[in-house]
Amino acid sequence: MPATATASEFKTITINMGPQHPSTHGVLRLIIELDGETVVSLKPVMGYLHTGMEKIMESKTYTKAITVTDRMDYMSPLGNNMAYVGAVEQILGLSIPERARTLRIILLETMRLASHLVWLGTHALDLGAMSVFLYCFREREKLLDLNDMVAGSRMTPSYFRVGGFFNDVPDTFVPAVRKFLAEFPSALAEYQNLLTKNRIWMKRTIGVGVLTAEQAIDLGLTGPSLRGSGVNYDVRKKTPYLGYEKYDFEVPLGRTGDVYDRYVIRIEEMKQSMAILRQALDRLRPGPVRADNPYLFPAPRTDVKRGMEELIYHFKIMSEGFRVPPGDAYFAIEAPKGELGFYVVADGSPKPYRVRVRPPSFIHLQALEPMCVGRMVADVVACIGTIDIVLGEVDR
Amino acid sequence: MGLEELVPDGILTTTVEKMVNWARRSSIWPATFGLACCAIEMMATTASRYDLARFGAEVFRASPRQADLMIVAGRVSKKMAPVLKRIYDQMPEPKWVISMGACASCGGEFYDYAIVQGVDTVVPVDVYVPGCPPRPEALIYGIMKLQDKIDRMKLKPEAAPAAPGPSSTSA
Repeated sequence: MPATATASEFKTITINMGPQHPSTHGVLRLIIELDGETVVSLKPVMGYLHTGMEKIMESKTYTKAITVTDRMDYMSPLGNNMAYVGAVEQILGLSIPERARTLRIILLETMRLASHLVWLGTHALDLGAMSVFLYCFREREKLLDLNDMVAGSRMTPSYFRVGGFFNDVPDTFVPAVRKFLAEFPSALAEYQNLLTKNRIWMKRTIGVGVLTAEQAIDLGLTGPSLRGSGVNYDVRKKTPYLGYEKYDFEVPLGRTGDVYDRYVIRIEEMKQSMAILRQALDRLRPGPVRADNPYLFPAPRTDVKRGMEELIYHFKIMSEGFRVPPGDAYFAIEAPKGELGFYVVADGSPKPYRVRVRPPSFIHLQALEPMCVGRMVADVVACIGTIDIVLGEVDR
Repeated sequence: MGLEELVPDGILTTTVEKMVNWARRSSIWPATFGLACCAIEMMATTASRYDLARFGAEVFRASPRQADLMIVAGRVSKKMAPVLKRIYDQMPEPKWVISMGACASCGGEFYDYAIVQGVDTVVPVDVYVPGCPPRPEALIYGIMKLQDKIDRMKLKPEAAPAAPGPSSTSA
């Protein structure tokens, strides 16, 4: 040490966390300046999973681009499908059949449960509770089986289409959801037994990562991260889509805005999702799942085999895709992580001119510094878990 | 009934090579190298239903220095590639790489400016597991294939057609 060095020069130390770190939920990198063990400043570095998805969607037809959306927030792929097809449907001025709307709500709520289960499992794992992770993934497998059932893929179903669905769900779908709903409350009670009154869990989460309502609004938070601070904002209530206004459910709100509050809210949201699922299953009636529009979907198979016109249309739709008139639309849904919006610009061709995503994770990431500054290093891990980011969506 | 009842008393004879390979293949320690969607399937593989522990490969290590298998789970961006190489270099020998999923194997759906078109351009890959993402069964099958490969490993390089390496280069 040179003799001229003063104590202040050695006051803080800068450490690097990630991009390969087990509790950064992917490839997040943080540059943390520490004074002893106290965080002085924290800078997230992103882009380690940048995929150029918005750009690549411009080179795909409207239908093919759906597959790209799956890989953004891979905890709730159908939510991304919904926000994207919702925007395209809005440009087309399309209304989709009642059965398709109800089925979409069912699938979106199962995705919310699946996403919250991954959040709960990994969040608890980061804070040292290994068994919660195993329990959560046990239930999540059942939800992935539903995806498997409807689309043949566990995690990237790409099941939604512009104008509804390509095919109806199989007959086994509704009984499977009902079976899940019968089993899930006891599993949820099990998680709460493990965590809610767990002294270690409470010590690690209560009073950690506090955001006031003003701060949360200023930072642009949405979803459970915002509601944890007591702000009543839920896209399903404020600007309902798919007929969410007809469903009876509550929006749980927190008081203090700490990590524990956000945990309680997400658990409560899972219960509300179950309530929505039950109502939706009761309302599900047989009917078409495709919008009545011959430009979006090919004719039935039997007609394609007999008629020349139908065959030509089938070929055109499958090879070229459908054209969307010039226009633009922003469509937002209440994704498990917050408000997920897709802004799609159409120029009349079969491919989107521009797609812009408003990902909740990306915006939530900026809340990390105000949450962590002044706290210990160990609390950083709790704060990363509580904002529920997924790097596929942050970087896209 | 335990394993000890099946093993006869006395002495077991084997070769050192077989024993070492058996030990290596039965306790593969993967490094946690989750990148994208495949990482969640990798987690699902270790979790309740699929239970990778049955194959002795469940001890995911956060530090590459304690790991001998890198499962590249997800798309590797050009920004991430140097990090990946560095982590691979930090792993002690012998080490193996499983390229999990279409993106890691060949770029997959993302043929664009940002994604490395196949992780084998950065590190040597032993097993490719196709799928987007591969199902946990597929990853388990990939790990079993890797175990087969480890079983066939030679402790010393064979004499006849010498593999190009630092020891066999002639001045």
